[in-house]
Amino acid sequence: MKKKFFIFVFFIFSIFLFQNSVSAYSSDPKQFIQEVVDEAKKILVASNSKENREKELSAIALKVADIKGIGLYTLGGYRKELNEKQLKEYDTLFEKYFLKSFTSRLSDYSDPKIEVLSADVKNEKYTIVKSLLLATDKKPEVKIDWRVYTKNQNKPLIRDLIVEGLSLARTQKEEFASVIESNNGDVTKLFDTLRKFIDK
Amino acid sequence: MIRKILYIAIFAMFFQANTANAGSTGSEDLKSPTKITADECFEGFSRAMFTFNHGLDKAVFKPVAKGYRALPVPIRRGTGNAMDNLRSLLTLSNNLLQGDFSAAGNTAGRFAINTTVGILGIFDPASALGLKEKGKEDFGQTLGVWGADPGCYFVLPILGPTTARDAIGKVGNVFLDPVFQITHNTEIDNGVIGNSTYSEHNYYYYRTTSAVDFRAKNIESFDSLEKNSIDFYASLKSLYLQNRSKKILNTESKVDTQDDSDWEEIEN
Repeated sequence: MKKKFFIFVFFIFSIFLFQNSVSAYSSDPKQFIQEVVDEAKKILVASNSKENREKELSAIALKVADIKGIGLYTLGGYRKELNEKQLKEYDTLFEKYFLKSFTSRLSDYSDPKIEVLSADVKNEKYTIVKSLLLATDKKPEVKIDWRVYTKNQNKPLIRDLIVEGLSLARTQKEEFASVIESNNGDVTKLFDTLRKFIDK
Repeated sequence: MIRKILYIAIFAMFFQANTANAGSTGSEDLKSPTKITADECFEGFSRAMFTFNHGLDKAVFKPVAKGYRALPVPIRRGTGNAMDNLRSLLTLSNNLLQGDFSAAGNTAGRFAINTTVGILGIFDPASALGLKEKGKEDFGQTLGVWGADPGCYFVLPILGPTTARDAIGKVGNVFLDPVFQITHNTEIDNGVIGNSTYSEHNYYYYRTTSAVDFRAKNIESFDSLEKNSIDFYASLKSLYLQNRSKKILNTESKVDTQDDSDWEEIEN
């Protein structure tokens, strides 16, 4: 009886461990994006308060986007000028900035209809998943490509959204560079700008 | 006549700016006609123009676009189609200049079908027949295809973001656009301003309607971009340059145009 009990406990523990070692999302990039889109849509169509919507969308973003990687890309060459403490501070600020900006952009869509079309494996690290945001009476059809980072094949992560061929990560990177350059290369001024954005 | 001289003067001025810029930039950067970055010509002036344009947009263009959007969907769709149909004549000229005869055939076929069966372009039967639009072309793109560097970046009053190459392109568009040539020449031939059939004013009505149609389709996109930008001017500059690069390459794939070097260094 005791042995059976231990086997049962071991079984349950193993399931728990297994569930935590892999993502709750599919490892196939196309399926992964489909699941992310479906999950986000559920939140957007639910009659929820704006705060709750943003909280739930942020929770998804934390799971499916490589926020740290995007943050480093966005900082470009300037990341090499920061010490460890400043980098940590930047990571924290960027995550808050990213979540606020991401949820705000998504919240503009109340019932998005997105068709996930195909996946194009670029190399072992990247797959581009192609999708289409269908037209409404007010907005034209929009092509959205997702740059999925697949280095860990069990846990794909989104690194960029490419809307009608225009990269959001690249746009953000050039925006950050502009802020730094207009402050004579002082990266800490970017931190101040990010804080202002987060607090507004 | 005076207007033509003015156009040529502007053309020459920008050509000089482009050449001067090319001379002062590193040779590596000049090799790619699809270069996505561009130095500022005069950032202070451009930022001031950007603020001016932004104010004008809020006061005039956006309200007009919102009013236009209140029209029934079929009217807006028909107007958009008709404007696109007229615009395709400029695309056709540039398809030919770029030596892209397959695209030229497609554009000409679409224009012929949509103008006749599609009742002056209000409907788009050509797409249903398999002749899908392959993208708009202009003289700035043609210069890019010919190998011209974008030159420096600046913002024009009302017309918005541009580069030295695209500014030359804007002047070239006027000469290459059959719609302008028909309306302009008819006016000259008749010796009157505002000939009721084909006056040059009609060209400006058409250009303005196209701009309103474009603005109406992008009200939320611009609002969202502005709300989520920490430097709206830099955001629009980046998007403009990316878009021009994409159009010159005639590609929908960002992978063809994006420099991945920074991504490659980042491994979690």
